[in-house]
Amino acid sequence: MINTVQFDTASLMVALPEIFLLSAIVVVLLLDLFLTKPFKQVAYYLTQLSLLITGILSFNLIGQPETIIFGYSFVLDDLASVFKVFMMAAAMVAMVYSRHYLIQHSLFKGEYFVLVMLSILGMMVMVSGYSLLTLYLGLEILSLSLYTLIAIARNRAGAIEAALKYFVLGAIASGLLLYGMSMVYGISGSLNIAEIATFANSTVLASREILVLNFGLVFLVIGIAFKLGAVPFHMWVPDVYQGSPTSVTLFISTVPKIAAVAMLVRLLVDGLGSMQPYWSDLFMVLAILSIAIGSIVALMQTNIKRMLAYSTISHVGYVLLGFVTGVITGYSSAVFYILAYVLMSLAAFGIIILLNKKGFEADLISDYKGLSKHSPWFALMMLMIMLSMAGVPPFIGFYAKLFVLQQVISSGMITVAIIAVVFAVISAYYYLQIIKSMYFEEGDKETTVNAPMDMKLVLSINAVLILVVGLFPDFWMKLALSLF
Amino acid sequence: MISLSDYLILSAIIFCIGLVGIFVNRTNIITLLMCVELILVAVNTNFIAFSYFLGNEAGQIFVFFILTVAAAEVAIGLAILTLLFRIRGSISVDVTNSLKG
Repeated sequence: MINTVQFDTASLMVALPEIFLLSAIVVVLLLDLFLTKPFKQVAYYLTQLSLLITGILSFNLIGQPETIIFGYSFVLDDLASVFKVFMMAAAMVAMVYSRHYLIQHSLFKGEYFVLVMLSILGMMVMVSGYSLLTLYLGLEILSLSLYTLIAIARNRAGAIEAALKYFVLGAIASGLLLYGMSMVYGISGSLNIAEIATFANSTVLASREILVLNFGLVFLVIGIAFKLGAVPFHMWVPDVYQGSPTSVTLFISTVPKIAAVAMLVRLLVDGLGSMQPYWSDLFMVLAILSIAIGSIVALMQTNIKRMLAYSTISHVGYVLLGFVTGVITGYSSAVFYILAYVLMSLAAFGIIILLNKKGFEADLISDYKGLSKHSPWFALMMLMIMLSMAGVPPFIGFYAKLFVLQQVISSGMITVAIIAVVFAVISAYYYLQIIKSMYFEEGDKETTVNAPMDMKLVLSINAVLILVVGLFPDFWMKLALSLF
Repeated sequence: MISLSDYLILSAIIFCIGLVGIFVNRTNIITLLMCVELILVAVNTNFIAFSYFLGNEAGQIFVFFILTVAAAEVAIGLAILTLLFRIRGSISVDVTNSLKG
């Protein structure tokens, strides 16, 4: 059954968003060579247009029955389509913010947009990957583009150092993931997720086979934890967030997290779902450590990008808690959390970029002193974002935490829920610290906002969405529940 | 006759050498790249051994892809390394210490 690969139009239609995006990448890459200085903006607008069309194509595929094509290696289901639509939306917003930053810091180049689109293509392959090979290739397309994207600021020592650290640790993570994949392949005799699932589900597994599967599973979990940035595999996260140009940090902290969650779902829920008791235990440790270390170490940071990196680590802990429960509603809560996190993270880094000027990065917490005096509107936006990240109702961050903790409690893990809540309270301190410096401290230097209108508009909508979705979370919750 | 377990033990040893090399080495980033390659070689050995003993070609196809990706990965790694050398004048692991906290 494996060796019947069909390339008729009907099966190609299923991969239409990917095929379109790939063509668009080639067009932008070639066109950019012929653009003279005054027309450089064309690359940006073409990128936005391609992302929009890819998003619409993915949106049209929502509701299709599950289809598996290309020799059982590429799957189209609602999870894939919905994730792709969200990824496109997040990437478009990230591009709007990035443009301001790139122009301010003279990094505006066509390659930037090509690399962003390539990494998105990698993520789409990951989200739809249904064999170990496609998942691995998608992951590598994503990672290789991201390493290069960080190093695009090639005169900054911090950016190069961040790129190198990300590269080395990312390569180790891929190596570990591959080692796990080789073990799973060796024992199940197949690369494809459905056949691995059939093998792992069969009741006649010898104890030796379970042992090898478990051995492979540990490596898979380590690889995924590296990509998500869960403690103790988080070493790269703060350095990469701090060192990268802020527009790249904004991108890395949002869209790839969705793809990493998708890879987790494909490998562990779809593939090794019957091994859930084993990987739940591993995730439990990772989740609690992430929440604890992310909350405590962030308290001592003076750089806001580094602080947000630790805050990301603790958010990843909550996402993993959703998977620890091992029930379908738990997985939905994790998906809801990651989408909520992406919305908040986009807005938070958006505010940092908003205050950027030539030669001024606005990446220290002290740079936010007195923000409420000269731009009260964006101080209010930042207030909402920080309260949402801390998990204060009625913002979306509150419902995300509530949804996850509800599932954790109903699975009978009361202690874990209590630990998570205690650390959520501790983490509120550093979010409130930013609010304190914005509203109650005098700024020593004048920070003016000179961002273009489109960015101000998108940022305002983004921040207001945090409130609106928080007030009406029903639709998003139903969406997350319908994916599994 | 060499059995499957012999191959697996060999690849496990190579894998461990690669992993330990990454954490022990403090002098040269190029050694780091070599250790990463060792890890991938171990994985390739695993895949080919399994593929041979299972009588299933998919594993060997996977190895071709790993080799290709590894080549691309090293190209990018060396490019980043060149940039680092241009800025810092050294490729020692110890020069990458400005980001911490």
